[in-house]
Amino acid sequence: MNLKHVQQLLDAEILSGEAHMEREVNTVFACDLMSDVLSLIEDKTILLTGLVNLQTIRTAEMLDINAVVFVRGKIPDHETLKIAKENNIVILSTKHILFTSCGILYNNGLKGAKLEYK
Amino acid sequence: MTIQLSYEVVKNDFFKAGEASSNIKKVLRQLGIPSDLIRRVAVATYEAEMNIVIHSDGGEIILLVTPEKVQITALDKGPGIADIEMAMKEGYSTAPQEVREMGFGAGMGLPNMKRCADEFEIKSSLGNSTEVTIIIRI
Repeated sequence: MNLKHVQQLLDAEILSGEAHMEREVNTVFACDLMSDVLSLIEDKTILLTGLVNLQTIRTAEMLDINAVVFVRGKIPDHETLKIAKENNIVILSTKHILFTSCGILYNNGLKGAKLEYK
Repeated sequence: MTIQLSYEVVKNDFFKAGEASSNIKKVLRQLGIPSDLIRRVAVATYEAEMNIVIHSDGGEIILLVTPEKVQITALDKGPGIADIEMAMKEGYSTAPQEVREMGFGAGMGLPNMKRCADEFEIKSSLGNSTEVTIIIRI
C-alpha cells in the first residue's frame, strides 16, 4: 500500500510532503510515547499519534519513518510543519480517533511494526 | 579521512532539541554511510541529545568519523547520575511530568542508546559531568 491509499482510507488531509505520496508502507506503529517509537527497527513504517509537537517530527526524521498521521484532527503549528517539510516528512491529519484509524488500516491489510525486545 | 564536529546542546531548549542529531544525520548521509547504520547513529544521538536537554545543565555532542567507525560523545556540565545501574534499567526514569507529556521520560533512553551501539560507555557520578560514548563500526 502507498501513502496515497493510506490518505484515502483515513480521509486525511496532507499537511506536508505531497510530492512523496507514492512511498510504500509496510507496517504501522501507533503510539504517543516517542521513547518507544525510537526502539522501532523497521523502515517503511508510518506513525499514528496524537502527540503534536516538534519532537514527534524529529523522532520520525531519525528513524526514516515514511509518514506521520496525526489523529483526532490534530494539526501541528507552523514551525513544526516547516521542519517536517525541510526534511521531506509526510504529515497527514485525520479526524478519526487513534483506535478507528488503526482499525481501518488493519482491515485493509497493514500490520503492526516490530519492536526489538531484549 | 577523519572528521570531527561538535554541537552545543542547551538545557531545557525543547525547540532546538534534535537539531544536533539532525545535522549529524545529514553529515553522515553526505559521507555516504549506509542508511541502516545512519539510523542507528541518529537514534542513539537523538536519545543522548534529549538526555542533555532534559536532565543536564547543558553540554555538547561531538561527532567523530574515521574510516573504521562513527563515534558520538555526549558530554554535559552535570549534575551527574547518582546510580548508573538504575539509569540503565528499561523503564526507570527521573524525568519530570512536562517531559513525559512531550513523549519522553519513559526510561528507554540509555537502553536504546546501548542497543544501537557496537560499543557503549557511560561515565558519571553525582556532582560531576556525564560522558556517554557510542561507537558504531562501519
